[in-house]
Amino acid sequence: MHELAVCQALIEQVERVARDNAARRILSITVSVGPLSGIEAKLLEHAYPLAAAGTVAEEARLVVVTVPVRVRCRSCRAETEAASNRLLCGSCNDWHVDVIAGEEMLLQRVEIETADEPVH
Amino acid sequence: MCRDCGCSLGPAAARAPFAAQPATKGHIESIEVITAILDANDRIAAHNRTHFDGHGVLAVNLMSSPGSGKTSLLEATIRALQGELRLAVIEGDLATENDAARIRACGVPAVQITTGNACHLDAQMVHDALQDLPLDGLDVLFVENVGNLVCPASFDLGVHRNLTLLSVPEGDDKPAKYPVMFRGADLALITKVDLLPHIEEFSVERARDSLRQVGFRGDIIELTRRGGPGFEAWLGWLRGEVTARRAAAA
Ligand SMILES: Nc1nc2c(ncn2[C@@H]2O[C@H](COP(=O)(O)OP(=O)(O)OP(=O)(O)O)[C@@H](O)[C@H]2O)c(=O)[nH]1
Ligand SMILES: [Mg+2]
Ligand SMILES: [Zn+2]
Ligand SMILES: [Zn+2]
Ligand SMILES: [Zn+2]
Repeated sequence: MHELAVCQALIEQVERVARDNAARRILSITVSVGPLSGIEAKLLEHAYPLAAAGTVAEEARLVVVTVPVRVRCRSCRAETEAASNRLLCGSCNDWHVDVIAGEEMLLQRVEIETADEPVH
Repeated sequence: MCRDCGCSLGPAAARAPFAAQPATKGHIESIEVITAILDANDRIAAHNRTHFDGHGVLAVNLMSSPGSGKTSLLEATIRALQGELRLAVIEGDLATENDAARIRACGVPAVQITTGNACHLDAQMVHDALQDLPLDGLDVLFVENVGNLVCPASFDLGVHRNLTLLSVPEGDDKPAKYPVMFRGADLALITKVDLLPHIEEFSVERARDSLRQVGFRGDIIELTRRGGPGFEAWLGWLRGEVTARRAAAA
């Protein structure tokens, strides 16, 4: 369950965003996760409330966007989707491929509520 | 503060609570961030690397499921390289000092990290352990990660090389089941090959195919801790890495 440690790191980043922007509440947190990051979206969602309890993100909704694995073939140049345990070209079956998506574990967006209307 | 380099990375600081305010009507903003969630760990990992490089030490992380033979391999390696390379070990386990005691019994310094509930080592734990190790005059620092084929794969420790062990009794399908761990390795060791005659289901060819399919591109060495050509190949790999590290440091 390293997803709890990942959630704690996430909350620390979100707390920093909240502080920098004088937020008093976090409404939602959007993360993107690929299967090659070693993180399970389901487990992340389960661990999240434990890590968020007692923080500025306590009531925030966690939105996990899962990114499929994509590879680019060095032989035929095709870009195709692949399974994490079969990183082969979907077009010609070659294993000389580069992973172009699916490794990410990113904090994308934080939706916050500040105390007052900002002064312009 | 870090004794070795004077950095401000002390033991992990306690988090200040930041309690949510009561809900009243406020201004809503959506802020784009885009940072790696484990950014803080990655930065400490990069810092660990400066410790290793500053002392010209090769740092190697060993990962595998519980009982694949990590400590046994280290014991045999220490005995084989006595008087040739100076080694030290950081041991990660959920509980017990057993593995560090086994390493110390071989005459090599070892620091035990007991992680409690954490199923993996992170860069901060390794940095803490570095404070108790004499890095000066070391050639290789091994980190034996917690036995687990999932969690350690997500946490960069700042080492130069990551190794994954796959022991014959585990079955040749483990790379397909735990692709992230095997894909991220620089070297794969198929261990306990002395058991191959007893475990006919294990095919070294299938294990190699499975490693290729998960995107593993490093060398694969088959060995047993009892010695032989595979074990010599492992020692050769290690010597080559030490030489390369010294050349990079010079
Ligand atoms: N037959 C055989 N047994 C081995 C070999 N290497 C290790 N073992 C046995 O495998 C068991 C586990 O070995 P360890 O070295 O403790 O494994 P480990 O990976 O350090 O285990 P954890 O730290 O608990 O994850 C022990 O009973 C060893 O004697 C080998 O090359 N051949
Ligand atoms: Mg061990
Ligand atoms: Zn875990
Ligand atoms: Zn192709
Ligand atoms: Zn330091």
